Amino acid sequence: MARSQFIYVAYIRTTPEKLWSALTDAEFMKQYWFGNHCESAWTAGSPWKLVAGDGQVLDDGEILEADPPHRLVIQWTQRSRPELTAEGPSRCVMELEPTGGAVKLSITHTVERDPSQLVTAVSGGWPKIVSNLKSLLETGAVALAEAYPVGNAA
Amino acid sequence: MAMPERDDTDLLFKALADPSRRKLLDLLYAHDGRTLGQLCEHLAMTRQGVTQHLGLLEAAHLVVAVRRGREKLHFLNPVPLQEIYERWIAKFEAPRLKALENLKQNLEKDHG
Repeated sequence: MARSQFIYVAYIRTTPEKLWSALTDAEFMKQYWFGNHCESAWTAGSPWKLVAGDGQVLDDGEILEADPPHRLVIQWTQRSRPELTAEGPSRCVMELEPTGGAVKLSITHTVERDPSQLVTAVSGGWPKIVSNLKSLLETGAVALAEAYPVGNAA
Repeated sequence: MAMPERDDTDLLFKALADPSRRKLLDLLYAHDGRTLGQLCEHLAMTRQGVTQHLGLLEAAHLVVAVRRGREKLHFLNPVPLQEIYERWIAKFEAPRLKALENLKQNLEKDHG
């Protein structure tokens, strides 16, 4: 079966409860997700969407599994670029595992096709989002205020 | 226990300081999710050698291994590299690029 996938991992010095809250709280999310936030009830079967600062829906889908503060599975369809929407739903799994004084956050994003432009597109953003989240939880400040400083300045 | 930040950084740079390990990262960058066997095909070294290199890359969190059935698949994890970028590069990049952009705008204005 052809599939495209990436797995990004960060060890964040926090608790699973705080990390879960950071991943599901819209206001907190805006701080590390470059002004974007998710809207959802965060229970299995509830709708989910990723909304930009100007209200545009970038991605939408459904919560497939929610087991706080351990595991979150989102069915994820891109909505802002037609060629990515055409690839259909992808699957994003977030796993939180306590390891000593830190939490191992694993983000696995999968599309059942290869190659996938969607996986290429989202794989550029996740490392920035995850390391911003890590900095924010560990130090109280984000590392990058803007995802694409040059593009935004132009 | 979680290691102090300094140890993480030491492991990261040690992992990067070897051409075979950088080759492994390049191979995973080109195509993620490979088995040990698939990676060995591209390196002139023993299976044990490749396993040791992958172990150091995993310890530095640059490679993540995931079991799928009987296979163990290796993925490139760029998050530690993003942290290096943010620590030493990102804060210098924005002002410099802004300066170039201002220069371009000023020069073009003169011709306008």
